[in-house]
Formats: sequence, C-alpha cells, structure tokens
Amino acid sequence: MTAAVTKAPAGATAAAITAIPPRPSRAFRDAVAVALIAGGGLAAYWIFPEDLGLLTRILATCLYVLSLDLVLGFCGIATLGQAALFGTGAYAAGIAAVHLVADPILLLVVGGVAGGLMALATGALVLRAHGLTLLMLTIAVTQLLQELANKLRWLTGGSDGLSGVEPDPVLGLFRFDMYGRTSYLFALAVLVVGVVVAQRIVRSPFGLACRGVKEDPLRVAALGGSPRGHLVGMYTVSGVFAGVAGALTAVTSGIVGLDSLSFTWSAEALVMLVLGGAGHLYGAVVGTVAFMGVHHVLASTNPFHWMLFIGLFLMAIVLFAPGGITGGVARIAGLVRRRAP
Amino acid sequence: MPPIAPETATPKSAALEIDGLIAGYGQTRILEGVGLTVPAGGRLAVLGRNGVGKTTLMATLVGQTTRHAGTIRLGGRDITGLDSARRAAAGLGYVPQTRDVFRMLTVEENLITGLKGGPRDRIETAYALFPRLKERRRNGAGNLSGGEQQMLSVARALLGEPAVLLLDEPLEGLAPVICDQLMEALTGLSMTVILVEQQIDRALEFCRDLVILDRGRVVHSGPAAAARDDHALLERHLGVALMA
Repeated sequence: MTAAVTKAPAGATAAAITAIPPRPSRAFRDAVAVALIAGGGLAAYWIFPEDLGLLTRILATCLYVLSLDLVLGFCGIATLGQAALFGTGAYAAGIAAVHLVADPILLLVVGGVAGGLMALATGALVLRAHGLTLLMLTIAVTQLLQELANKLRWLTGGSDGLSGVEPDPVLGLFRFDMYGRTSYLFALAVLVVGVVVAQRIVRSPFGLACRGVKEDPLRVAALGGSPRGHLVGMYTVSGVFAGVAGALTAVTSGIVGLDSLSFTWSAEALVMLVLGGAGHLYGAVVGTVAFMGVHHVLASTNPFHWMLFIGLFLMAIVLFAPGGITGGVARIAGLVRRRAP
Repeated sequence: MPPIAPETATPKSAALEIDGLIAGYGQTRILEGVGLTVPAGGRLAVLGRNGVGKTTLMATLVGQTTRHAGTIRLGGRDITGLDSARRAAAGLGYVPQTRDVFRMLTVEENLITGLKGGPRDRIETAYALFPRLKERRRNGAGNLSGGEQQMLSVARALLGEPAVLLLDEPLEGLAPVICDQLMEALTGLSMTVILVEQQIDRALEFCRDLVILDRGRVVHSGPAAAARDDHALLERHLGVALMA
C-alpha cells in the first residue's frame, strides 16, 4: 500500500488520505460500549427473570473470555491454558470462602490475586517459548493444575467438587437469594467494572506497547521497551481478570469443580473469543453472549443434534466474518463512514 | 582495523564511537571491521552502493544483528553487550528503512509508545515538528501515506529524546515535496544524526561528515562538503556523479 501511495503525485496522495475521516475517539466508543453492556445487562434482567442463573454464568464467562482477549487479542500470545488461571482463582476463592472469609468482594480479591500470581509464575516460564511450543506448555500447565486439584481431595473436594461456598451479603446489604437476582446484578457490576479497567489498561502506554509487541517485538525493543517483560506483565494482568472471573463463578454458583481447570474450558474460551472477534475488547462479551445464547437455545430446541448447529454457526462466522462478529461490524461501519458524504 | 574518524570529528566529545565492528546475520558476516566516530551534535552520512552493509550497520548499532567482534560506545559508555531495549534506553533512536509504524494503532497511540514513560503532553512537540500528524492523530497509522508514515516514524523516535538518531533511508519512495518537508524538519534538530540515504545530494547537503562503505568496510571518510565537489570520488565509490 505504501508503495502505491508514495508513487502517486503528492497532491493526489493528500486528497486520497484526506478522504478517510478519523474514527470517533476511543474514549467516546468506550463509553458507549460500557453503557451498552450495562444497559443490555439490566434489560436482560427484566426480560429473562427465569434465566438469571444462565445469565449470571454468561456474565462471569464474559469476564473470563475478556481475560483471554487481553493476552491473545492484544499481545498475540497463543494460549490454551486460560482455564489454569480461571480455575486457580475459582479454587482460591472457594477455599477461602469455606475456611477463611465470606465477604464476596474479598473473595474476588483473593481469586484475582491467586490468578495473577499463577499467571506471573507460569508466564515467566512458558512465555520464553513461542508458537506451538507455547501452546503445548499452556496446556501442560492446565493439566498439571487439574491433576493437582484432583489429588488434593481434602482441600478441593477432588472430583466431587468444592461445595459449601456460601458468601455473605454483598456490602453486608444484599443477600444472595435463591432466584439469583443478587448474583446476577453482582456479576453484572463486576463485569462492567472489569470492562472499564480493561479499557484503561489497553489504552495505557503499557497496553499500547503490548499491541506493539504483537505487531513487531523488534520495534518495541528499539523504542526501549522489553517485549518479554510486556508479555509477562499482560499475562499477569490477564491472570487477575481470569482469577476474578473464576472467583465470581464460585461466589455466584456456590461450587467449584474440576471442569474449571479443564482443557475444554480453555478451548471454549478461545472459540467464544474468535467468534466475537479478538483484539476488540468487546468481542469477548459479544462472542460469549452469542455462543452461550445459541448453545442454550439449540440445546433446548434439539437436544440430540445441537452440536451440529453450533459447528455450522461457527463455520459461518469464521468463513464470512474472519474478524469475528465485532470485526465484521467494524468493517461494515468503516465502509459506511467512507461512503458517507 | 583502526577507526576512521571524519576530519571534523573531535573524539573527546564523541557521541558514538565504533571500533572494529564485525557483524552480520548468524554466521554470515556483512560488516568487516567498521570503525568510525561521530562527534556530539554531528551529522554523518553513510553512503554506499546497494548491499555494502549500510542497513546492517544501523541494525547492528541497535542490537538487531549478530555481532562477532568490535565495540560500540555511546557517549563514552560501552553499549556493545546491551540488548536493543537497553541501547534505546541509553540514547539510541532508530528509524528503520521499513517505516515500522504500528499499523493497528492510531497516530497518537504510535507516538505514545515512543514516550518511554515521559509526560503525554510531550506529543505536542512532535505535532509542532510535523503538523500533518496532528491532523491525522486519530487515523490508523496503516492508513497514512508513505510520507506521513515516515514523519510518524521519525517523530516517534524523537519523542524518546535520543542522544543519537539513526535514520535508514528516510526518503526512500517519497515524493520530492514530502522529502523537502521531512528534510526541513530534520534540519532543525540539534542531536547527533547518522543518516543512510540513497539521495546522495540531499545527504551531503544535510550532513557535515561522510563515510562511504564498500563490502562491509569504510573506504572513505571526510567532510561532506568536499565530497560534493569530488565527482571522481563519488563516481569511483558510488557509481554516480552529482549534477552541478
């Protein structure tokens, strides 16, 4: 593209570039996105009062997939081990709830710290590798942790799962009720806060440098940044997000199972992110809602063949919208902007 | 091989000293004992035919090739063993031949990555140098013209306030009017500059000193002004002669 542009006469080049209007500011788009997530979440609360359990699970999963977007979408780290960070947070919060504290916000902090520390420890090791080796290492870490959780039956409940997670009321005021209303609104609040924090991180100089590392690590190094340091840093941040998501799941569901540390759970997060669009931040939310929504509808409509339809749905997205749903929408919006008078 | 210092160099205030530099890619050697000294605030043009090692020299200075021997000193400090990031932190700014802007980031976001943690309002100095970038600040860098990308690449390097700025063919592929704008902006800089450029007339006009590379070695060094009038020298080493 550069060569084509630079060979054109200067006047023509300037005219062509001037024709590309700037996008709305990131701050404006971020504010709109947060408002949409909060508004959509509240609308769902009123529209689907009988499905608050599923919706709560979707919200926690949104945060989990968002954590994957931070490393895959913004740093280009290919990982199939995000469940290791999610499960660490879930088990840490679950164990803390059974033995130490019951405040739900404190439990989120416990989960986030545990996920972050696990990410820092494993990230410093596995992020020395790249590509397929890195992928294998992340899977190995997840498998190791899952087996560890299975063996430590006295602490984790093993294959029976860790039960007895009974958090106190939120802020001492809002008790977790049997209809799941408090759980849902609590999860929505955590997701909104998570999205706002993620926005600040990816727009910060650190976040921008991480995107630079994804595009060209040598260039970042030549600008004085440490590519590996940035990757480990963002992996740790991602661990905090995944840990909080795991803790949120433990707090709102009351149980932590071995499936929270499974390879399948890592792979599902990847599918949801690809579906929504990696590197857009909101693709995680859109992809999770689309995947779990379609999953729920198809599984209840056709319990025997729903996987087939899920597969077709995913193939259609990958073939016709390679950037995922948000990538497709962004492309259409770009075309509309260019054609606008 | 002893370093060949341009006549106007003053080693006591040298910004960059290279001695016996042998480097390349893996086991392949491109530079065969390059030595030169650039005084603080000086401007050195590095000229040569295609494939003689000009870009390899720049890449070696920022630590992106395999160094086999030799030393590099920046402001008297030996930076030979440092990696790219630490060399940049020590004061080397690099604008590569390929205009490596981050295409997925906007113009302003690209500039932020060059701040090295400095205050964000310093970006205004970049906009003052290249007003065009301010107009494009919310555009994706991948949508800029070649000239604008080059301005962005230079501006981003300058925001790191380097002691020595390395420019690798900054004018390549640009329209003459854009070349004029870019050179005008560069002329106002007070820092040490090493310029690799194929537009020999512009390079000799901009720089005070000159070295010519051939097959990985320095084969000529001296004042740029003298070389401008020495058609035989340019013809012999570069295969061209400047128009009067």
